[in-house]
Amino acid sequence: MAKVALMDFDEALERFEPVLGFEVHVELNTETKMFSAAANPAHPSNHDAAPNTLVAPVDMGLPGSLPVVNETAVRYSISLGLALGCDIAPSSRFARKNYFYPDLGKNYQISQYDEPIAFEGQVEVELEDGTTFEIPIERAHMEEDAGKLTHMGGATGRIQGAEYSLVDYNRAGVPLVEIVTKPIYGAEANAPKLAAAYVRAIRDIVIGLGISEARMERGNLRCDANVSIRPRAAAGEPVAPLGTRTETKNVNSMRSVERAVRYEIQRQAAILAAGGTITQETRHWHEDTGTTSPGRPKSDADDYRYFPEPDLLPVAPSTELIESLRAALPEPPAARRRRLKDAWGFADIDFQGVVNAGLLSEVEATVAAGASPASARKWWMSEISRLANAEGVEASSLIEPASVAALQQLVDAGSLTDKLARQVLEGVIAGEGTPQEVVDARGLAVVSDDGALIAAIDEALAAQPDVLEKIRDGKVQAAGAVIGAVMKAMRGQADAARVRELVLERAAG
Amino acid sequence: MSDLIRLTAADLSAKLAAGEVSSVEATQAHLDRIAAVDTEVHAFLHVSDHALEVAADIDRRRAAGEQLGELAGVPLAIKDVLVTTDMPSTSGSKILEGFLSPYDATVVARSRAAGLVPLGKTNMDEFAMGSSTEHSAYGPTHNPWDLDRIPGGSGGGSAAAVAAFEAPIALGSDTGGSIRQPAHVTGTVGVKPTYGGVSRFGAIALASSLDQVGPVSRTVLDSALLHDVIAGHDPHDATSLTDAWPSFAAAAREGATGEVLKGLKVGVIRELPDSGFQAGVSASFRESLALLEAQGAEIVEISAPHFEYGVAAYYLILPAEASSNLAKFDSVRFGLRVDVPGGTVEDVMARSRDIGFGDEVKRRIILGTYALSAGYYDAYYGSAQKVRTLIQRDFDTAFAQVDVIATPSAPTTAFRLGEKLDDPLQMYLNDVTTIPVNLAGVPGISIPSGRRHPVHRATARGCPPLPRRCGARGTARGFVGWSAA
Repeated sequence: MAKVALMDFDEALERFEPVLGFEVHVELNTETKMFSAAANPAHPSNHDAAPNTLVAPVDMGLPGSLPVVNETAVRYSISLGLALGCDIAPSSRFARKNYFYPDLGKNYQISQYDEPIAFEGQVEVELEDGTTFEIPIERAHMEEDAGKLTHMGGATGRIQGAEYSLVDYNRAGVPLVEIVTKPIYGAEANAPKLAAAYVRAIRDIVIGLGISEARMERGNLRCDANVSIRPRAAAGEPVAPLGTRTETKNVNSMRSVERAVRYEIQRQAAILAAGGTITQETRHWHEDTGTTSPGRPKSDADDYRYFPEPDLLPVAPSTELIESLRAALPEPPAARRRRLKDAWGFADIDFQGVVNAGLLSEVEATVAAGASPASARKWWMSEISRLANAEGVEASSLIEPASVAALQQLVDAGSLTDKLARQVLEGVIAGEGTPQEVVDARGLAVVSDDGALIAAIDEALAAQPDVLEKIRDGKVQAAGAVIGAVMKAMRGQADAARVRELVLERAAG
Repeated sequence: MSDLIRLTAADLSAKLAAGEVSSVEATQAHLDRIAAVDTEVHAFLHVSDHALEVAADIDRRRAAGEQLGELAGVPLAIKDVLVTTDMPSTSGSKILEGFLSPYDATVVARSRAAGLVPLGKTNMDEFAMGSSTEHSAYGPTHNPWDLDRIPGGSGGGSAAAVAAFEAPIALGSDTGGSIRQPAHVTGTVGVKPTYGGVSRFGAIALASSLDQVGPVSRTVLDSALLHDVIAGHDPHDATSLTDAWPSFAAAAREGATGEVLKGLKVGVIRELPDSGFQAGVSASFRESLALLEAQGAEIVEISAPHFEYGVAAYYLILPAEASSNLAKFDSVRFGLRVDVPGGTVEDVMARSRDIGFGDEVKRRIILGTYALSAGYYDAYYGSAQKVRTLIQRDFDTAFAQVDVIATPSAPTTAFRLGEKLDDPLQMYLNDVTTIPVNLAGVPGISIPSGRRHPVHRATARGCPPLPRRCGARGTARGFVGWSAA
């Protein structure tokens, strides 16, 4: 592949105005699928199902099968619409989007087309520096996911060049809500960061509602980023019309969303600056190379032959239902952040760090499980994040907040030193059990028996008689050598502060 | 010919209940009849190889004193559009040759639960597209009254099976007349229930907003009995009505007294053209009206100005929905697969569909795809839906004046095999009076009149304003009235 020219980001921003738009797909975690009674693989209890085991006739497009709307998915969609500040349609319809593809059992997708369940909303998004931005929402609509294709025998893993493809229909029919923004103007140099912040805001909202597992790495949350740029108008000149957009798919982390937007701005700027034109197309994000490549050309002439789904009645939620869901909405994330910041008493930079790491809920849950805010923040922001980075996964996927709180309680009780606690953490993450079980299994508890410590101290002091003299001469730092020897003898399972106290006592004695 | 096959389902069930005859005997008699005549009639695509076991089980349960449904032990023919776990379901198409469904259609499951004994699957125009059963991929069915003539369609197999005494009752499906027009040309009774009255789950979809499963029989009472078995809400079909249905059989028995005809207002459509209707059909229809009048019914002329646009609207809505419904037959998960060496998945899908579908199916897929395409949607599908609304209003207006509407079920009696095969438009016009009933969602019944010319049909009353809310009471009354006639 020819090397793609990129314009320096700052220069691109100087010459062009970026305009963004996002389509975020949220997999709902209902027990069953959007239109069938098959178990939903996006529900936490069904993650590891073998291929093609979570299917009902309608998911396979079997002759005679009919869809039936999942009422829970409708309620979740209404709640999400309300949380996005949208109006809820008193009546909305499903339509068929017709196209042939082997991952689509019926060869049409049931989606909402001209009558979405929710429309016209806005989401408050907070950037890393704490500034806020309103993202205008055009609509949120319900639809079903397609199955999953695995292309075998080719070099690229894509359908081109593959010898054959395997289809898993487990994902076919998973309930989705697609959230579509209006064009987003004015992000300027913050455009890449805003992209990530928007996805994070959606994630926070759906987690707050409890309607999705919201794991990007599992595809629970998927973002398609639309990017276009247009030349900046000189003073007095009319504003240029919107540029041709590209839609980047396959962006599976917030960091990738940010990088993909930045990349597309730079790529498009280089093309326009060289006198070229942007092709309207779908592009694929490649995490490894940090680049996008063209997918299939996409034009407005794509003809999906939409028509109202005759197998389903319109979705007409009662006003009572809508209002009861509105009343049950959790606190909006922005308000929640303000409340937690006050409650925890963190410095701005510390609090923003937690927010930016996407660990607010984890810290909150850890505090709720009994840890102090400071200790909860410390665990999540340092050791757990470090391990998550090393493994390339989300910190939240490594350990439950309750386990972190339990671990901290062992530290607070003096049963574990910080160093031992880190070993216990690794054990818990490795699946060895609860913190207490790991302590027991690995024999990591602090030796709090002073008798055992004193015996070790006496032995060390006897071995190093000069140290005793130095301490008695007031050179207290000399105790370090003895403490080190004792800790070694105790294989680290002693509280160093207590050892130090005892050493000084013995020396004084 | 065994007398058992001449019995109506109601009479047979009475004998079964009285222990005068066993289900095994009745089933065997029908299997013998099929063996004797079906090589000529070709009503069946598949004959069950375990019908006798099912019958024996019913006999055992009856002997054990188990409380069984009224039709328990009565043999039943099933149109091949309905999926079954124990017999192939092809919908008359080569693309589904040998297809075994992992589940039963709701109407089949309810029939089994009621103790009916499935005899086999009946022939039909491919995917229910046709009015003669000549479009079956497995060869045509012949009209038992005259083997050179068509048995109607798409459900020619079910109608012919019942007319030829191969089965006392059968299940059919009706999208634009596929139950009623075959009944009309075979001298049988066929009912298209209210849309949503009978579950469509497991009926291989032709046009989802028009399809409805219904009974075929030799008497109105038998259709009513079978309707009582299959009707009622099904959570697997989102368009299924939640209304409770009263017993149609009770209404039919009550109606047999003829009392309900006194004062019954029977609407006759003013705009129905004289031309296009065979003279004998019109004459027989007028005779029937005179008979009704003599029994105390009042004939009222009504206006239905949009009926004449029904066929045009129907042939936009049906192909549009069918083009989408039939997309699932792509060779990927089930059905015929024609390999294309070195080809892509698209090549295999296209080749399989090309080999697997017949000409009429392809014609309608192309029509429907075109009607739904961007830029044409409003002119075609959108306009047709508006016509549909106008026809629904015609019915609403009419039912404010009359209890039932009567028309001939079809313009002609049975035509000869091959006569209209090369003229799709003439074939389509067979359904000129049945189609508006599907467009409006109201129920319809076709019942014989006259020995030589089994003809006309009545549309039972539907309650305004929404066709999907057609009243059960009115429908039952329709049965009642015609049962007496």
